[in-house]
Amino acid sequence: MNRTIQPAPVRRSVDVKVSQKRAFEVFTGSIAAWWPRSHHIGATELKSITIEPREGGRWYETGEDGVETEWGKVLVWDPYGRLVLAWQITAEFKYDASLTTEVELQFTAIGERETHVDLEHRNLERFGDKAEQVRSQVGAPNGWTKVLEDYAGHTS
Amino acid sequence: MAYANAAFAALADPTRREVFERLASGGKSVGELAQGLPVSRPAVSQHLKVLKEAGLVTDEAQGTRRVYHIDPDGLGALRAWLDQFWALALEAFKAEAERQGEEGE
Repeated sequence: MNRTIQPAPVRRSVDVKVSQKRAFEVFTGSIAAWWPRSHHIGATELKSITIEPREGGRWYETGEDGVETEWGKVLVWDPYGRLVLAWQITAEFKYDASLTTEVELQFTAIGERETHVDLEHRNLERFGDKAEQVRSQVGAPNGWTKVLEDYAGHTS
Repeated sequence: MAYANAAFAALADPTRREVFERLASGGKSVGELAQGLPVSRPAVSQHLKVLKEAGLVTDEAQGTRRVYHIDPDGLGALRAWLDQFWALALEAFKAEAERQGEEGE
C-alpha cells in the first residue's frame, strides 16, 4: 500500500494590542522572553534564543552551558510585515540541515496599536520523508512505541 | 521534549497502548485486536477511536471489514502537536508583547 499523506499546514493567528513594528520586534528580538521554555532541543536549560535579523540569518538556541544548537534559519526578513523561518527540527527533535519546513508570519496592522498576526507552518509532509527510520523502527525495542511508552509513563 | 502530546496522552492508557502495539506488526480488524485482550470489542472500538483522533492510527474498508493501521508517518500526531504548540506560543507572544508595550524595555 502506497499512500502519500499531505497534511494541511498548521495555521494559527492572534491579535496583539501593539503596533505592527512592535509586534515584529518582540516576536523576533524578544523571542526568548515568550517562547515556551520547556520547548527546546539543547542538552542543558535554555538560556537564550536568537533570530539573526537578516535573510540567511541563523535561528538557534543557546544553552546554560553556552552551547549553541541550530533550529533553522531566516528565509525571508521583511520588517515589519513578514517573516519566514526555516524550521529544521525533525520529528525526533534533532536539527537536520537537510529538512526544511517553513514557518511564515504575517504582521498586519489593524490599528495604530493593534496587529493581526498570522502564522502558517507548512511543508509538514517533509517530516514524513524523514520518518522512514521511525516507520521501520515502530516495533523495535527502542522504536517509536518505546518512546511513546516512556512518555506515557511520565504522564500517567 | 516530547512531541505529539495528544498522541502521548492517548497512549497513557495501558489497554490503548496494547491495542496500538498490536498494530505494529500489521493492519488488523477490531475482532482480531480484541482477541486475547481482557476488554470487549466495543471497548476496543472506543480505544481505536481515540487513537485515530490522536492521529496515531488510520483505518480503511477491506470488503466488509474495517482494518486499522498505525499511521505510516505519524504525521497526524506531529501535526496535532505543532498545532497545539503554536497556539500556546502565540498566546505567550501576545502576553509578552502587550506586557512590553510600545516603548519596549
